[in-house]
Amino acid sequence: MAPLPYVVARKRRETRDVWTLELEPVDEAIEQIRPGQFTMLYRFGVGEAPISSSGDPELGFRLVHTMREAGQVTRGLCAAKPGDLVGVRGPFGNAWPVDTARGKDVVFVAGGIGLPPLRGAVYDVLAHRNGFGRVVLLYGGRSPGELVFRSDVERWRSRLDVDVEVTVDTAGHDWRGNVGVVTKLIPRAPFDPANAVAFVVGPEIMMRFAAAALIERGLPQESLWISMERTMRCGVGLCGHCQLGPTLICRDGPVYRWDEMRPWLEVAAL
Amino acid sequence: MAEVLAAADLGVLLGALRARGYRVVGPRVAAGVIQYAELDDAGDLPHGWTDEQAPGRYRLARRDDDAYFGYAVGPHSWKRELLPPRVRLWQASRDGLAVEEEETDYQPTAFVGVRPCELAAIAIQDRVFLDGRFADRDYAARRADVFLVAVECGSPSSLCFCSSLGTGPGATDGFDLALTELHAGEHRFLVRSGSSAGNAVLADLPTRPAARADLETAEQVVEAAARAQAGRFAAEDVHDLLLRNLESPHWDAVAERCLSCGNCTLVCPTCFCTHVEDTSSLDGETAARDRVWDTCFSLRYAEMHGGNTRPTTRARYRQWLTHKLATWEDQFGTSGCVGCGRCIAWCPAAIDIRAEVAAIRQEDAHAHA
Ligand SMILES: Cc1cc2nc3c(=O)[nH]c(=O)nc-3n(C[C@H](O)[C@H](O)[C@H](O)COP(=O)(O)OP(=O)(O)OC[C@H]3O[C@@H](n4cnc5c(N)ncnc54)[C@H](O)[C@@H]3O)c2cc1C
Ligand code: SF4
Ligand code: SF4
Repeated sequence: MAPLPYVVARKRRETRDVWTLELEPVDEAIEQIRPGQFTMLYRFGVGEAPISSSGDPELGFRLVHTMREAGQVTRGLCAAKPGDLVGVRGPFGNAWPVDTARGKDVVFVAGGIGLPPLRGAVYDVLAHRNGFGRVVLLYGGRSPGELVFRSDVERWRSRLDVDVEVTVDTAGHDWRGNVGVVTKLIPRAPFDPANAVAFVVGPEIMMRFAAAALIERGLPQESLWISMERTMRCGVGLCGHCQLGPTLICRDGPVYRWDEMRPWLEVAAL
Repeated sequence: MAEVLAAADLGVLLGALRARGYRVVGPRVAAGVIQYAELDDAGDLPHGWTDEQAPGRYRLARRDDDAYFGYAVGPHSWKRELLPPRVRLWQASRDGLAVEEEETDYQPTAFVGVRPCELAAIAIQDRVFLDGRFADRDYAARRADVFLVAVECGSPSSLCFCSSLGTGPGATDGFDLALTELHAGEHRFLVRSGSSAGNAVLADLPTRPAARADLETAEQVVEAAARAQAGRFAAEDVHDLLLRNLESPHWDAVAERCLSCGNCTLVCPTCFCTHVEDTSSLDGETAARDRVWDTCFSLRYAEMHGGNTRPTTRARYRQWLTHKLATWEDQFGTSGCVGCGRCIAWCPAAIDIRAEVAAIRQEDAHAHA
């Protein structure tokens, strides 16, 4: 499958090394992407990287992707200017099962660059706010300067029907919020664990601690979802790189129910 | 419906395939091994040769007859044809990022001398590349016009264990023509067709209908080949066995011997992992993407921003073995191993997949005794 050309319509700096690109198709568009899914973004002559959709699903054909400069490809993508072209393949992978949370409390837990893959699902839930119980967002970053989507988070925080808690690992004196890892916010977050669904994204170690804390609160394992990451070269289940035990993450994931993924995460270096 | 073709008329079969527009690829001796390469005529086949194999060892030797297919398998497999070590996927020009996919009108090709285990390996790769939600364009194009001439096994090597996995030594389906080489009496081939394309080619050949004796001799050849491998590998329950022993100390023992060279994955007829290479021209105006074979033993294979998810040889060998014999089944609904023995012969450290599984099985029995 070959990449389709998209033009960078807008570009926004999130942090020192994280950028959001808004892309519009030059001609043919990929299928409508859903929150949780990803595309393979191609920078001319450099290569491709899997990047989750961070867009509001109501934006239609406009793609929104938020990425950290992690290596050659992501640096190249982050250096693209409005008007530049990038290649897009996708959408790949599965989506957040937002519908399973209907009528229940929804808990989003994001660590660092884990917020972008959740952002579309937050938009989706808020667009159908009446269909859900309490909505909680717990977001942690390493430092205040590393928090992304600050204006969204501020806007959500100012709503009376959303509980937002933000924390950072370390901060200077001008930070008046929480300090500590995001998982520490779970024990006192306002949701009913017996009737809630949680969506968690962050580094693997953070997801494991978050899952433990959520289950400790009484959340059933079947109500807990995470998004997994592995090296990917094709995005369509043919290159082998993203396999983890019985599953190919690009094909069967990246979103997994916790109890399905847990046994494989417990084996080191699988 | 079976026919008999005199060994002296094997060239007629190759000619008939060529006359139908096929490029004919089959076994021939080169560089001290039996490779798959283009054949001009039956004289190119490795007649009179066999292969002697043992862990970490492969040698050609003379047979005392002039069998055309009197060997087991060499380092090549048909994946070189269907999933070549390097293919260009597309090229793009900077201007408008216009991407042009590579042409995929490949010449129809006849594979001659496909072993039953190789038919099984092709069927496994078909599942991976054709049966998922996204079929692979290049593989599909190469696979579309392949004519498969299988040859049942009469001379399995000491490393073959197809009979334990049910992938050989007889060919039951998945071929256009299947041959069985018969020596007793006249040197001849039993020929069976497995498709309408096979019927058409068979009709071009100077055959006679098979007699009961021909059929019985062919059965005996295959039975003897199966008997020769009896008990070489205990496949029962291997999926669950391996998955409940992911932390076995035996993985450390193998890791001490394994060089993480990846030879086993290169010679394996089912291993399909690839990575991509993106390049651009010197003037930066055009770019291209190639797909090249990769191996789960390479350092880079599982490297991500933030670390390597399989940093040790223990983790890599465990990934390879458990993928072949266990998780492949979860991923694609079939085993990833056909029992051809290539990974054993071509391992410089003489590591034997069968022995490693047996060691884990023994340890598991102890632990649960
Ligand atoms: C499903 C999915 C969704 C994702 N979503 C996002 C997202 O929304 N935002 C985001 O920022 N990130 C996301 N990622 C992560 C992102 O894909 C990686 O950061 C990106 O692929 C890095 O690519 P790169 O070329 O920039 O870096 P690489 O060049 O791959 O380098 C990153 C690091 O990995 C190493 N490396 C890995 N492979 C190689 C290789 N073949 N050769 C050399 N070095 C190598 C290098 O040492 C380097 O330090 C996602 C990943 C997945 C799987
Ligand atoms: S794992 Fe070894 S024996 Fe099995 S198919 Fe691959 S090369 Fe052959
Ligand atoms: S098992 Fe043998 S062939 Fe495979 S990587 Fe290890 S040393 Fe190389």
